[in-house]
Amino acid sequence: MSSTACFVIVSRNDSPIYESEVGTAPKKDEAAHLHQFILHASLDIVQDVVWNTNNMFLKVVDKFNDLLVSVYVTAGHTRLMLLHDSRNEDGIKNFFQEVHELYIKMLLNPLYVPGSRISSPFFDTRVRALARKYL
Amino acid sequence: MIGVGRAKHNLNVVDSPLGKGKSEVSLSAFAFLFSELVQYNQGKVENIAELEEAGFGVGIQILELLCHREKANRRETRVLGILSFVHSTVADSLEKGTEHEDEYMISEKELLVNKFVSVPASMGGFNCGTFVAGIVKGVLDGAGFPASVTAHFVAVEGQTRSRTTILVKFAEEVVQRDAPLA
Repeated sequence: MSSTACFVIVSRNDSPIYESEVGTAPKKDEAAHLHQFILHASLDIVQDVVWNTNNMFLKVVDKFNDLLVSVYVTAGHTRLMLLHDSRNEDGIKNFFQEVHELYIKMLLNPLYVPGSRISSPFFDTRVRALARKYL
Repeated sequence: MIGVGRAKHNLNVVDSPLGKGKSEVSLSAFAFLFSELVQYNQGKVENIAELEEAGFGVGIQILELLCHREKANRRETRVLGILSFVHSTVADSLEKGTEHEDEYMISEKELLVNKFVSVPASMGGFNCGTFVAGIVKGVLDGAGFPASVTAHFVAVEGQTRSRTTILVKFAEEVVQRDAPLA
């Protein structure tokens, strides 16, 4: 079963911190740009929804053709956004929670400037492994 | 690198468990570290600003960490909510300012950072509580409530050392966003 999935972490100043394609579908060049475009467009919707609820997991906030955007907002307003076509809500929620813990560990590094790009290969490997496990 | 001595486990920070943290840490170690921080800042022109910025970075980290440990993935969306969260971690009392809608005060009798610090008269209004004000500012800013935060000494009769008060003044947009929800 192949699925498309694009995962992006956006800081509270709206700059992307981390992005990767974590789906199992074969890669297409045009699709990557489209995925980023869809995710950025849904940021506006997230802005509104985020003040209406205390939860961190915001479920599906936007839909484009047959692709869904699910968002998880941390306490520091860092948005973990996933573009996917599957409807596996529990798996997505667990994926977000695990990535959130990873993100906190990166944040605890005093030399890491919050809002800057995460370029650690360990982080990348772990995120991809989690995506394979939960998505 | 963290844990490199124990080569078999915990080779990297992302592999170590986040943990619940230690409930007690050494006070003297903290006092020593803080005094070094203040002395380092005294070499520069703007003491207060640098100390506050150092606190700001800490505030952002502590917001994420505490919310994760204690509140199991629920955020704060209201002004009162985030203020009680700050108050429970920092101080004795929380009050609402009378002159302006958007001012709040958190005060404590003996702020931990000021405990071992004495300010000579030549330095006037320098208050090491600025570090704590920076932390509060980091927490509020990170949670989406931009505010200007300052620390002040308030003299109280009958006591040798004055109370430290942290004044929080929220930005316009926060008041407007919060008003219809009240």
